[in-house]
Amino acid sequence: MQFSERRKRVGSRPQAELYGQPLQFYGQPPLENISLTEFETFAVDRLKLLKTVENVGVSYLKGSPQYVKKLVAESKNLNFPYRLEANDDRKCQSGLSEPDKRRKDHISHFILRLAYCQTEDLRRWFIQQEVDLFRYRFNDLSPKQKLEFLHRNNLQYDTIGIEEKKALKDKLLNSSPGVSGITVEDQDFYKVPFQDALDLVRTRKVYLKAGYVYIPHQEIVTIVLNDFRTRLSKALALTARSLPAVHSDERLQPLLNHLSHAYVGQDYSIQKNVGKISLEQIDSLSGKSYPLCMRHLHQALRENHHLRHGGRMQYGLFLKGIGLSLEQALQFWRSEFIRGKVDADKFDKAYAYSIRHMFGKEGKRTDYTPYNCMKVILSNPPSQGDYHGCPFRHSDPELLKQKLQFYKVSPSGINQILELVKGMHYQLACQKYFELTHNIEDTTFSLNHPNQYFLESQKVFGGGRDLKREMDATQKAKENSVVKASNVKQELPTNGPENVAEMEDLDSIFQEP
Amino acid sequence: MPLSDYDPASLPDLLPLYYRRLFPFSQYYRWLNYGGVQKNYFQNREFSFTLKDDIYVRYQSFSSQIELEKEMQKMNPYKIDIGAIYSHRPNQHNTVKSGSFQALEKELVFDIDMTDYDDVRSCCSAADICSKCWTLMTIAIRILDRALREDFGFKHLLWVYSGRRGVHCWVCDEAARKLTVAARSAVAEYLSLIKGGEETMKKVVLMDPIHPFIRASLAVVNKYFLRYALQDQDILGQKESVEKVLALTPEDILFNNSHPLIFRTVSLSKLKHSFKIMLQYCYPRLDVNVSKGVNHLLKSPFSVHPKTGRISVPIDIGNLDAFDPFAVPTISLDRPMEAEDEENAEETKENDKDAADRRKIRGDEV
Repeated sequence: MQFSERRKRVGSRPQAELYGQPLQFYGQPPLENISLTEFETFAVDRLKLLKTVENVGVSYLKGSPQYVKKLVAESKNLNFPYRLEANDDRKCQSGLSEPDKRRKDHISHFILRLAYCQTEDLRRWFIQQEVDLFRYRFNDLSPKQKLEFLHRNNLQYDTIGIEEKKALKDKLLNSSPGVSGITVEDQDFYKVPFQDALDLVRTRKVYLKAGYVYIPHQEIVTIVLNDFRTRLSKALALTARSLPAVHSDERLQPLLNHLSHAYVGQDYSIQKNVGKISLEQIDSLSGKSYPLCMRHLHQALRENHHLRHGGRMQYGLFLKGIGLSLEQALQFWRSEFIRGKVDADKFDKAYAYSIRHMFGKEGKRTDYTPYNCMKVILSNPPSQGDYHGCPFRHSDPELLKQKLQFYKVSPSGINQILELVKGMHYQLACQKYFELTHNIEDTTFSLNHPNQYFLESQKVFGGGRDLKREMDATQKAKENSVVKASNVKQELPTNGPENVAEMEDLDSIFQEP
Repeated sequence: MPLSDYDPASLPDLLPLYYRRLFPFSQYYRWLNYGGVQKNYFQNREFSFTLKDDIYVRYQSFSSQIELEKEMQKMNPYKIDIGAIYSHRPNQHNTVKSGSFQALEKELVFDIDMTDYDDVRSCCSAADICSKCWTLMTIAIRILDRALREDFGFKHLLWVYSGRRGVHCWVCDEAARKLTVAARSAVAEYLSLIKGGEETMKKVVLMDPIHPFIRASLAVVNKYFLRYALQDQDILGQKESVEKVLALTPEDILFNNSHPLIFRTVSLSKLKHSFKIMLQYCYPRLDVNVSKGVNHLLKSPFSVHPKTGRISVPIDIGNLDAFDPFAVPTISLDRPMEAEDEENAEETKENDKDAADRRKIRGDEV
C-alpha cells in the first residue's frame, strides 16, 4: 500500500466524482497530497468519533434511537458524513460540503489503519469500532442505496427460485425471527454459504441446510458487515508489513504512536508495585478493593480450593496486575490447590507451568496483560463449573441480587445496580457497586479495567496522593517505553520535558470529563 | 473385558505389543494423509505424546508412515493427541522465525463428556458410566450427526469412543478442515442449547417459534426419552428429582404440542413445558472451547485410555444402538497373543477404520 500523502502526485479527479457514494468499503487508499495539519486533524477527529462509537455501544443498545442520535450529533460535530444524503455540494455552517466530509472520512480511516495495525489488541479495537460505525451508517441508507452498495461491491449471492421458496416456507418462517409469511412471498431469499453469515448461524436466527443459509434481502446487512470485517482484518495485516516505510518519516511517527497508545489506555502490566502486596493481605483486600468479578473468583477459590482455566487466567492476571510477583503467585495458588484434591506433585506438573506462562516465563514468553472489562464481558462466557466472567453480565439477576445482599449493599443500591444491568450497562453497574461499597457519591473515573477498580479503591482507602503519583508515573513510563521501543532504526530525540508535555496535551483531549 | 482385569501398571508391558502388532498404522496414515493432495499435509501435522511418568511432549511430527511407526514403537506413548497442520514441520518449529509458525488447518472436532451431565443423571457421576446413562451419548451422537450432515452439509464424520466417559467427533471434510476459529465457534454455538455457568439455574433457552434444528433434535430425544428418563433414570420416581423437574418449568415459554405420556402424575398445566424438560435432561452438552481452536489437541483414535485400558475405537453409526462401551477392545488380554487373535483383531480394526476412511477419503481424492 503506497502512502503517498507525502509524495508528489498528479492532481486527482474532481471531488464530486471521487466521492459520489455515501458509503464505502475503504478498498482503495487515497491518492493525494495533504498537509501535515490535515493529517493530524483528520486522524484525531476520527479517533474521537470511534471513541464515541465505543462509548455509546456500551451505554445504549446498538441501533436504538438514543444510540443513533448520539452518533449523528458527534458525526455532525466532527464534520463527518452523518445523514447519508445524495451528493450535495451545498456547504453547511462548518464550511464542508458532503463530498468534503466523505473525503475526510476516507483519508482519516486510512491514517488510523497505520496507527492501529501494530498489535493484535489495537487491531481488534479498531476493527470493532469501524464495524459498528459501518453498521450504523449502512442501516441509515435507503433500500435503494443498499442495493446499489451491494452491486458495487460484488456481493453476488444467488437467490432461490419460487418453487424452492414455497417448499421451504415453513422452515423459513420458523427459523428467522424477522420473517413473516409476507416476507417469504415478497422478498428474494439468498443462498449464502454459512461461513459468510456466522453471526446468524451462531445465534441460530436463520434456516441452514446443506451448508447454506437462506437469508431474506432485508437481512443482508449481517453479511455485508462480515465482509467488511474480513476485508479490514486482511488490510490491517498488510498495512502492518508496510509500517517500516512509514515509520521512517519522522513527522508521522510520533503522532501515530501516540494515537494508538492513548487509546489502549493503561494495560497494568508495568509492575511498579511488585511485591508491595503480601499474601496475607489478599483475603482482606478481596473484600475491600476487589471488583465483584475478582471477589467472586477469590471466594470460589477459597471454597473449592480450585478454579478452572478461565478463572485462573482472569484472576491470575489480575493478581499480577495488582503487584504479586511470580514467586508469590506460585505460592498462593499452590497452597490453595493443595487444600483441595491436588497434591503438590500434580500442582507442580500441571498448574505451575501455566502460572509461569502468565508471567511470560514459558512458551512464547509473552508477558500477558490483565484482562480489561470489555474482554471479561465479551469473551469466553462461563459455563457449568466456571466462576469467571463479569457477574453483572453473566449472573442470573436473582443470584446477583442475593450476592449483593450478602455483601451488605443497601436495597436501594441493589435496585439501581439491577436497573443498570437490565439496560446492559455492566461497567456502569460495577461503578455503582464501587460507589456503594466505598461510600462515595460519584466516581471520578470511567471504569474499564478490573485493576483500575483496584487502584482507585486503594486510593480511596488511603495513600491517596502517593498512589496517584504512582499511576501517573506508570503512565509516563509506558509512554516513554512505547516511543523508544518503536524507533529501532531512527535516532530519537530524547524524551525531554517538552515532548512529554506535548503528549500530555494530546492526552487531555481524550480524557473523559 | 471387565475393567477389574486391567491394571495400569502393566501398560509398559502391553503398549509395545499394542504398537507392534495391533495399531492400524497404514489406515491411520491413509486417513491423515488425505490422499496426498496437499503438499506436506502429513509432515506438518502436530502430534503430542504422553509418555511414562506423565512426561508430555508436544510438536511431534513425522515425514512418513514408517517414521511414525518407528517413533511410536520406540516411545510407546501412553496417550496420543492429534493437533493441527502447521505452516512448517512442528518438530522444527524452534527454527522458524517467531510469528511465522502458524496452525493452518485441522478437522472440526467435538467432545462430549459424561461429567457435563452430572446434574441430570442419577445412576453415576464423575468418571463413571453405565448402560443406563450411555443412552445420553447415543442421543448426542444422533442429534449432532444429523445436524452436521443435514444442516451444515458435512459428509465425512468419524465418531470415536474416548475410552472412558465420552465420545469425540472428527469432521474431516476439506471445508471443515479449513474453517476459521470464528466459524468453528459459530458452528459449536449453533449446536449448543444448554447455556449457563455456576450462577444460572435455567439452562435451556428456547424461543418461539421453534427453530427447525431444535425440532429435529427433539424428534431424536423423543425416541429415547420415555425409556431413558422415566425408566432408567426414574426422574419422577423420587421427590428430589421431581422437584428438580418442576423447577425447570417457567411460565413464559409456549409450545405447539405437548408430549403425550410424560407427566401423568403432574398437573396438566405443566405439560406444555415438557419440551424444555426433555432437552434439559437429554440434549448434548458440548465444550465449545474444544471445537473453537484450530490448534487444539484432541485424543487420537486408537489411542489407549491409560485409566481404563480401553482403546479409542471408531463407533459404527449404522449400528449405533448396539454400541457397548464395555465391550470395547482393551489393551490387556487374558492370554498371550496368538497369531490368529492378532489377525482377527487387526481385521476388526481394519474394517472399522476402512469404513470410516472410505467415507472421508472419497470426497477428498479427485
